[in-house]
Amino acid sequence: MADVFKGVEPIIYNSKISVPYSWWAGDTASRFFISLRDDRKIIAPRCGTCKKVFMPPRKTCPECFTENTEWIDVSSEGTVVSYSVARRPLEAIPADKKIPVIWGLIKLDGADTALLHYLGDVKPEEVRIGMRVKAVFADSRTGTIRDISHFKPVK
Amino acid sequence: MAKRVAIVGTGQTFHKSHRPDVNGQELINEAVQRALADANLKMKDINAILIGNMDHFEGINYVDCWSVDGSGGVMKPVIKITTGGTTGASLAIGGYHMVASGMFEKVLIIGWEKNSESDTTGAITTAFDPIWDRQVFAGAISGLAAEAQGYMARFGACDRDAARVSVRDRKHATNNPHAQLRKEVTLEEVLASPMLADPIHLLDVCPRTDGACAVIMANEDVAGKICSVPDWIWATAARHSYTYLGDGDWGRLTSMEKCAKEIWKKTGIKEPRKEIDVIEMYQPYSFAGLIWIEDMGIVGHGEAPQYIWDGNTDMGGELPVNPSGGVIACNPIGATGLIRCAEAAMQVMGKADARQVPDVNFAVSTGFGGCMWTDMLLHGKRKPN
Amino acid sequence: MDKAAIIGVGMTKIEANKERDTFADMAWEAVNKALADAGMTIDDIDNVITTSSDFWDGRTISCMAVADASGAADKNTSCVEGDGTYGAFYGYARALSGSYKTTLVTGHSKGSQCVSSLITNSAFDPIYERGLGMDMVTACAMQANAYMDRTGLKPEDMAPVSIKNHGNALKNPLAQLPMKLTLDDVMKSEMIADPLRKLDCSPVSDGCCAVIIAHESVAAKFKQQPVWIKGLSFCTDHFFFGDRDLARSNSLVEAAKNAYGMAGIKDPKKEIDVVELYDAFTYQELLWLEEMGLAEYGKAAGLLKAGHFNMDGPLPVNPSGGLLAGHPVIAAGLYRIAEVVLQLRGDAGAHQVKKAKTGLAHGVNGLCGQSHCVWILDKER
Repeated sequence: MADVFKGVEPIIYNSKISVPYSWWAGDTASRFFISLRDDRKIIAPRCGTCKKVFMPPRKTCPECFTENTEWIDVSSEGTVVSYSVARRPLEAIPADKKIPVIWGLIKLDGADTALLHYLGDVKPEEVRIGMRVKAVFADSRTGTIRDISHFKPVK
Repeated sequence: MAKRVAIVGTGQTFHKSHRPDVNGQELINEAVQRALADANLKMKDINAILIGNMDHFEGINYVDCWSVDGSGGVMKPVIKITTGGTTGASLAIGGYHMVASGMFEKVLIIGWEKNSESDTTGAITTAFDPIWDRQVFAGAISGLAAEAQGYMARFGACDRDAARVSVRDRKHATNNPHAQLRKEVTLEEVLASPMLADPIHLLDVCPRTDGACAVIMANEDVAGKICSVPDWIWATAARHSYTYLGDGDWGRLTSMEKCAKEIWKKTGIKEPRKEIDVIEMYQPYSFAGLIWIEDMGIVGHGEAPQYIWDGNTDMGGELPVNPSGGVIACNPIGATGLIRCAEAAMQVMGKADARQVPDVNFAVSTGFGGCMWTDMLLHGKRKPN
Repeated sequence: MDKAAIIGVGMTKIEANKERDTFADMAWEAVNKALADAGMTIDDIDNVITTSSDFWDGRTISCMAVADASGAADKNTSCVEGDGTYGAFYGYARALSGSYKTTLVTGHSKGSQCVSSLITNSAFDPIYERGLGMDMVTACAMQANAYMDRTGLKPEDMAPVSIKNHGNALKNPLAQLPMKLTLDDVMKSEMIADPLRKLDCSPVSDGCCAVIIAHESVAAKFKQQPVWIKGLSFCTDHFFFGDRDLARSNSLVEAAKNAYGMAGIKDPKKEIDVVELYDAFTYQELLWLEEMGLAEYGKAAGLLKAGHFNMDGPLPVNPSGGLLAGHPVIAAGLYRIAEVVLQLRGDAGAHQVKKAKTGLAHGVNGLCGQSHCVWILDKER
């Protein structure tokens, strides 16, 4: 920097973007969450044309570009496609989760795409791609993705 | 050689204050499906997608990546353009240049916003420089109030003149099934509505809206095969030229003046008042309807109020402004500038139904950003030279 | 189609914390460097495209902060939100659209001013995913695990990318982290998210880069030999990880294929002389090389070990040190383009590679490389 700034102490202004959000889940996601909350059942929409079953649910098929009108039950059991283990308490991790936190991509039986969620009741060293896991529902459910608490290994 | 470019299809949602039945990308999908249907094209015919919104209104980072299921962008080139309030117009301009360059034959352009999902003012305030301006600035309305005060002081206009603009646009909106607010208002109602920031009343300004708009542009090799009356883009201009609040020349929108001069010069338009048939202006509040048609060169400075009182900008008048009802009737911010472009396109293409202006040869659409920026496009029925 | 070339580049030093520079200060520096490099004044610039991110900058309409400093005040201008390679793509289109002849493209961010974990967490779907608390690092760890499972590679096979790139940075005065590392250094660094250790990850840095793109009719008018843009393409994959095969990158295959096709390249392994790619994490250099067709799938690690991608090897990759040595997000892809330009002009100084006629620059947008942009640059028209 030029000499004119020599000896000038850099000043820092601290702030936050404080914009509260309320995202409309929309009818499609709402249907899915209500089923988790009230029935502890995982349901998914299916494309009428290509028959692909989507997890997480979405209103339209990205390939056929038509509306998904059929809903089916999918299993609460599935296979781990990949996983991730946080060892450092990264800022995005919710306050109620303690390191190490394990996330998994789980392909539920009956669905064609995999769901992102937590893996629990398992040590990081024991996690394997291809292992079978089963959903554990939270006792207190409010219609969010955390109505499923985590997926645990199926013995 | 660069290609000439035309709009060959448009689509919009039926804009509402709240759309709880859909998430953002489902909203986008509605507009996209309508645009494809309008152009009689399929998603596989689209070569690239341009999309935009104002990030902090929806709180989603990398929206171009997030929205691919709804936008049709899976395994296509998808790019995000965002310039605040001018986003929709900047997107239209982006689509034009992408096609004109020869890189893509047909592009899909999407502007959207779900303003209901956040605190709009809270998000807008973050536009302003955190060190100098943010702590004293109170959202978009303050800048506009400063402009209105400046204009009134310089040219002797009053809030009644501005209210006449609100009355016009709200009446026009009754012809537009897509507009959010479709009830007329009277002069008295506007002037009696709560004062937001002197001299701007509640009914002088735009609402907050959830909505999406999609426009399809194609190059000259295929435009005529896709639709019988394409809307040719003759020229584009943009000026985004200030950074601190004290820099503005209150009472005149210099960015509009510069854009208009550039476009008229480039296209040989000598008397815009005579040669332009319809204007869809991004007019976020009524006073802009006075000030900015002067800066556009339609009438001289200080002459707009009388021009408008004489009915020249009403439907059936010499130069209708905002046949769609404009921004005062509907404002999904990231979409708004693109809606102006789509509405101007519909006028040229003869697809504007109950809000059609007869015999449109040239139309103008503009975008505005809360920092006194302007984007402008000239649309024409004839192919440009 | 008409042709365009890059006729000037300017880069600030990449640093952990430019505490004396605002966004505008960085833009001012990069833009003036680019103009000086090109032998141009700001009046020779017809239009300006800035690249920035509202999230990373903590500002709605983030382009506003740099517009004046980028010379955009009375010029036509717009802003792309995404990696610098995408902003440059739009800048290229504008140089060819008939409206303008020269486009100045800038890209900036200051990682020091934000909490990157929260910024990248915001890229996740708000309804289904955000509350689970993943960010770019834990997401890329998930991709690294998928890639290792598919290829049979181990973390020790990926670590040499870090050794190479930090080592290359010793010869790049603009790099943030020049380091002489051993395998032990990498394997003993803090585990952030299995298998990614600290030295497997790029930092989040401050920096700004500017490039000037010119239509062929004016490209030779200025100071530098033009570096020709022979091919460029971008492509975006599915959004949800569960819709994609994380161990592969279909959108990169597509973008590379289109860029090679446009450039007339039939055998990239032979015809590309130097590569600057988006190595945000060590595994990414390997995976991206493979999906770009510069190594067979699963085989890049072996080639790396044999020295194939070293500065003095047959195909130097990231001679600048890449992102591992300094990662200003958003600007990142523009730095890759600028570095390739310098290589092809023979102006890369201490980190110049010997043979540099055709180069590849690469940028990424979104989580786990959802979207890729590939540029092929050449000394010859």
